[in-house]
Amino acid sequence: METFINMVLLTLLAVITIGVVRLRNLFAVIILGGIYSFLMASVLIVLDAVDVAMTEASVGAGISTVLMLTVLYMTRVEEAKPVHSPMLPLFVAGVTGAVLVYGTWGLPAFGLADTPLNNHVGMTYMDLSIPDTGIPNVVTSVLASYRGFDTLGETTVVFTAGIGVLLLLRRGVSVARLRRKQQEEESKS
Amino acid sequence: MEVIQPILAHFNHWITIFLLVAGLYVVVARGNMIKKLIGLSLFQTSVYLLYISPGKIFGGTAPIIDDKIEVYSNPLPHVLILTAIVVGVATLALGLGLVVRINEVYGTIEEDEIFTQEDDEE
Repeated sequence: METFINMVLLTLLAVITIGVVRLRNLFAVIILGGIYSFLMASVLIVLDAVDVAMTEASVGAGISTVLMLTVLYMTRVEEAKPVHSPMLPLFVAGVTGAVLVYGTWGLPAFGLADTPLNNHVGMTYMDLSIPDTGIPNVVTSVLASYRGFDTLGETTVVFTAGIGVLLLLRRGVSVARLRRKQQEEESKS
Repeated sequence: MEVIQPILAHFNHWITIFLLVAGLYVVVARGNMIKKLIGLSLFQTSVYLLYISPGKIFGGTAPIIDDKIEVYSNPLPHVLILTAIVVGVATLALGLGLVVRINEVYGTIEEDEIFTQEDDEE
């Protein structure tokens, strides 16, 4: 039953992806992107990643969609018709996909407990979490305690990106003001 | 049943690869910059699936420890992907900031139109 729900949700995800690739109205594409994120969150719940599902639903479907709609408001809604033939990108994507699919034959099957991934450090955290930190949610204890430096690095990345966006947009404001001033002077003279 | 078995075993991988290839195609083939960023997000979300699906164990539950439960899925990929999602939205915001700036300077967000404008200036 788990596998069945998983497969249905993943198939829906693939269908939405085809829509995202083919549509040229960017508003529709962004809304489809929101649906895609919620579907992805459902898939993640089926895969037992509840914390990730919550983050994906709030960040992927919430913040990303709002950011994209804001930028869309400042620019154009309709995407221009492609000038170049899509054959070369299609070929590159097809070859990449074929190589990756060939690679999946060497990977362990879905849902098994005796794979290398599920017998190393990840499962050690399950045993150590309560005695070491006293937190029952192991994802939280790993994120905030065992791998706390990762989270510090993540915060640094977000901080840097925030500074970058601020600098970009503030310069934009000053350039726009400069241009307006030039236009006013030209209209006076 | 023998025919279905490998499909069941690798269905997650194949959908992951499909999403990844779709994202790659959009990034390479489309000239619109917002569309390119959407393609980049598609690529990113496929990586979430790539990490999370091998950590799933049949009959397991979310890794929150309780006396009544014996089988849990692997928590480590979840932690890594939590970090990746937040970093992903940070890069998306920076990219969208760049798109806004490009739109202010060139008046368009289509790659081809920007190239023709630059050719005209030369």
